[in-house]
Amino acid sequence: MTDIDVLIQAVDRADSSVKLLEAVEKLADVQSEKGIPTLIAALGYNNPGAAVAAVDGLIRIGEPAVKGLLDQLDSHNYTARSWAIRALAGIGDPRGLITLLGAATADFSMSVRRAAAKGLGTMKWHWFPDDLLEIAQYEALDALLFVVEQDEEWVVRYSAVVGLQSLGITFGQPTSEIKGVWRCQIERQLTQLIATDLSLTVRARTENALQQLRSQSPKPPLLSVPSSLSTMDWHLILEKLYERKGNERQSIAEGDPRKYRQLAVTIHHRPHPNLEN
Amino acid sequence: MDNFLNQNESMDEDSGTITGNERLTVDQAIANLQGEHLGLRVYAAWWLGRFRVSEPSVIERLIQSLEDEEDRTVAGGYPLRRNAARALGKLGDRRAVIPLIHCLQCSDFYVREAAALALEQLRDPLAIPALIELLTTPAIPTVASDSLPPQPYDAILEALGSLQAHDAVPFIHPFLSHQVERIRCSALRAMYQLADSAAAASMYGDQLIGMLSHPNLQLRRTVLADLGAIGYGAAAEAIAHTLAENSLKLISLKGLLEKELTGIHPSLLSPRAMQVMALMDDLL
Repeated sequence: MTDIDVLIQAVDRADSSVKLLEAVEKLADVQSEKGIPTLIAALGYNNPGAAVAAVDGLIRIGEPAVKGLLDQLDSHNYTARSWAIRALAGIGDPRGLITLLGAATADFSMSVRRAAAKGLGTMKWHWFPDDLLEIAQYEALDALLFVVEQDEEWVVRYSAVVGLQSLGITFGQPTSEIKGVWRCQIERQLTQLIATDLSLTVRARTENALQQLRSQSPKPPLLSVPSSLSTMDWHLILEKLYERKGNERQSIAEGDPRKYRQLAVTIHHRPHPNLEN
Repeated sequence: MDNFLNQNESMDEDSGTITGNERLTVDQAIANLQGEHLGLRVYAAWWLGRFRVSEPSVIERLIQSLEDEEDRTVAGGYPLRRNAARALGKLGDRRAVIPLIHCLQCSDFYVREAAALALEQLRDPLAIPALIELLTTPAIPTVASDSLPPQPYDAILEALGSLQAHDAVPFIHPFLSHQVERIRCSALRAMYQLADSAAAASMYGDQLIGMLSHPNLQLRRTVLADLGAIGYGAAAEAIAHTLAENSLKLISLKGLLEKELTGIHPSLLSPRAMQVMALMDDLL
């Protein structure tokens, strides 16, 4: 038996919450892909300490954990779902985008909305192909602008401000026309928030975000870790985004969170798209 | 933990507003408060406080409810009085101060506790002598169980600290060595708020920071709330690294940040304010 098998077995055999926590922490520390299913399972054991350690470990493993986390979202265990969304937000993989859009705007738990809003600002944008990047960033921007304006919890608005700051910095000193427009939109919204938000903490963080955006130095070149996403992955992401656009036009007003809820349901129950079509 | 977090979410102070189309519910709550059904009265009292319905008729009715005799628990407690006191603390009407001071003599421990916390929220120094009296004369006949201290000392100590009751310091001091940890923490918190020098305040604040490594999670949670309430800036790092829910750490750091921001223009963010925000960002 390899060392990693021993660590996995220790999680499976833990018979107290303290032992479980310790075993998950050890398994998380080795950052082995082989431990992914066990860490994901630990999200559903109703042991918050272990879940925090597992989320942390999954974020450090990163991209290889995304597929399993997305599958976990199908589970009926709400707590496990919310931890999986937190992990997806931390990883920033493009395949989690649709889930984060829905979670930031419509989840009933403020800790999930909070994690998703921050995550929308820190997606791995450099993994997106050019044709998809623009629509994906537009959706993230739209969702975050909605959240800072509408969410009733200060901490979720705070998180969306952090998300908008990251997104604005991604847009950089505007080179293309559309990113210049978006960047202005962010600064305008933040300026308004400083004047109107009820929470002193949110106003202060917004002030801070504006200062950081305005003093932004030219972007350092990104470390180009290549994306491992397949053509199929991109196809699915694009399909879902277009589908979302379609749903919007059909029924619900712009910015209404129900559109994401409906979307999530649609995606959930949809058979695998046929690539031949 | 998730249940706990959700409870905490619904208690968030910034979300307690209602708008026009919920009007019917306000009227219903006011009606329920005067209705026959005892359970509905207790719920209505809580609801009116939660949604900050501070209309004169509501205040008057809640003040009357502080003397309710109809609603009794088997052990002799007064559920409606407790909720009425809690609501009056939230509604900010000083007409409630004298009636709440009377509640400090109630036979129900939890009514006395709710009244002390409400008097803290109403910020009226008129309550100070009666609160000090509770610290020194613990012999009120009580219906509470043996597992409770004679008085709700933690609530009383917190109220005296917030009311800036400098005369109370000699009476608070002995509680720094009380056998119950929770009560020791409240005494530290009050002594921090009443300290006459920055050095003395830090001494008490640092002892509270020390309590953040206590093995009991519930105690760590209350210390997070204490540090947030007093806004002790030096606690920022320790708060961020305590073993507790991120939601509670964020609320605590919010307290530090807002203390740091008082009196300065928001565009002049101090290095400490920046540090606190950086810690908060990592907890999202």
